[in-house]
Amino acid sequence: MSPTLHRRDVVKQLLEKRGELLVIAGLGSTAWDITAVGDADTSFPMWGAMGQAAMMGLGLALARPTRRVLVITGDGEMLMGLGAFATIGVQQPGNLTVVVIDNERYGETGMQHTHTAYGVDLAAVASACKFKHSITVTSDVGKVRELAYQTPGPNFAAVKVVDEKLPLVLPPQDGVLLKDRFRKAVLGR
Amino acid sequence: MQPDWPEEIYKELVTAGVGVVGYVPDAGHKRLIELCQADRNMRAVVLTTEEEGIGLVAGAWLGGEKAVLLMQSSGVGNIINVLGMVQVCRFPLAILVTMRGEQGEFNTWQVPMGQNTARVLETMGVAVRQAGEAQTVAGHVRAALLKAFEAQGAEAVLIGQRVIGIKSFQEQRNQ
Repeated sequence: MSPTLHRRDVVKQLLEKRGELLVIAGLGSTAWDITAVGDADTSFPMWGAMGQAAMMGLGLALARPTRRVLVITGDGEMLMGLGAFATIGVQQPGNLTVVVIDNERYGETGMQHTHTAYGVDLAAVASACKFKHSITVTSDVGKVRELAYQTPGPNFAAVKVVDEKLPLVLPPQDGVLLKDRFRKAVLGR
Repeated sequence: MQPDWPEEIYKELVTAGVGVVGYVPDAGHKRLIELCQADRNMRAVVLTTEEEGIGLVAGAWLGGEKAVLLMQSSGVGNIINVLGMVQVCRFPLAILVTMRGEQGEFNTWQVPMGQNTARVLETMGVAVRQAGEAQTVAGHVRAALLKAFEAQGAEAVLIGQRVIGIKSFQEQRNQ
């Protein structure tokens, strides 16, 4: 069955009225997606370090156990750091949710198929790595929102989306700026 | 008498207020890992690969927490690309590396990375401090932690194989 969800709609639904939610976005399309919704000091869009978005989320979740942390990343980015599932599974951060916007493509390099296009099941990997809740979603984004904002984690959702090329909406590229504004927003310094 | 350098490192971590310790196990760091695991104020995070440690440290800093990484010299090879993020964002980084591939190494496969550990780190913008004697380890660690957390520095302390003790097949059999 072909996906019907559009990635920018999904991310918009996840981030509207986000309140205290802290967001890490993996490099490429998901960094552009969160910026299309609206750049925010409490968002950290990555421009590199492919494979590390979920681990950034873990570090942040451990440092701020009273805040909800949401990692939004792509299937290709997640596949490069599959070990993070195991590492997060050991730590069991209750405030962390990882959402993969899964278009089954490497979007920045020519839309080549990723492993998920061949049936590799990221939600099954997360589940095998002791994530408390792990789902694959084709229509109900509300369920993903519930995981991110309320359900004790660690949680995982793969959201199957249409493979479309969209206009780039770029966040600031200055890494020191991104880091300092995030810390100021969270820590007040 | 040889100082208890793992205990001394642990005390430096406590003094610096380190709350998260990411590690890929290594025989040289065995005792330090155990000390960190036993400390209720520290979160010891076992990693599947050293690369994960860079994400962990960066995320922890975004949330206001100080983190350090423990790894073996071979692990330095696994973090090269992601050190780019440390450099661009000026994330504080303190890595304590136990050396393999130096004098007396019994496994030739450890030698290429061991011989190039310092060079690789320096090439990617990480300042290297060589702790070749047990007496110098704590001082180097203290300086590295200060530089990392007070001046957003990227620092590595290389703990020489002579400090750790030469590992042999015989010793491994006896473990």
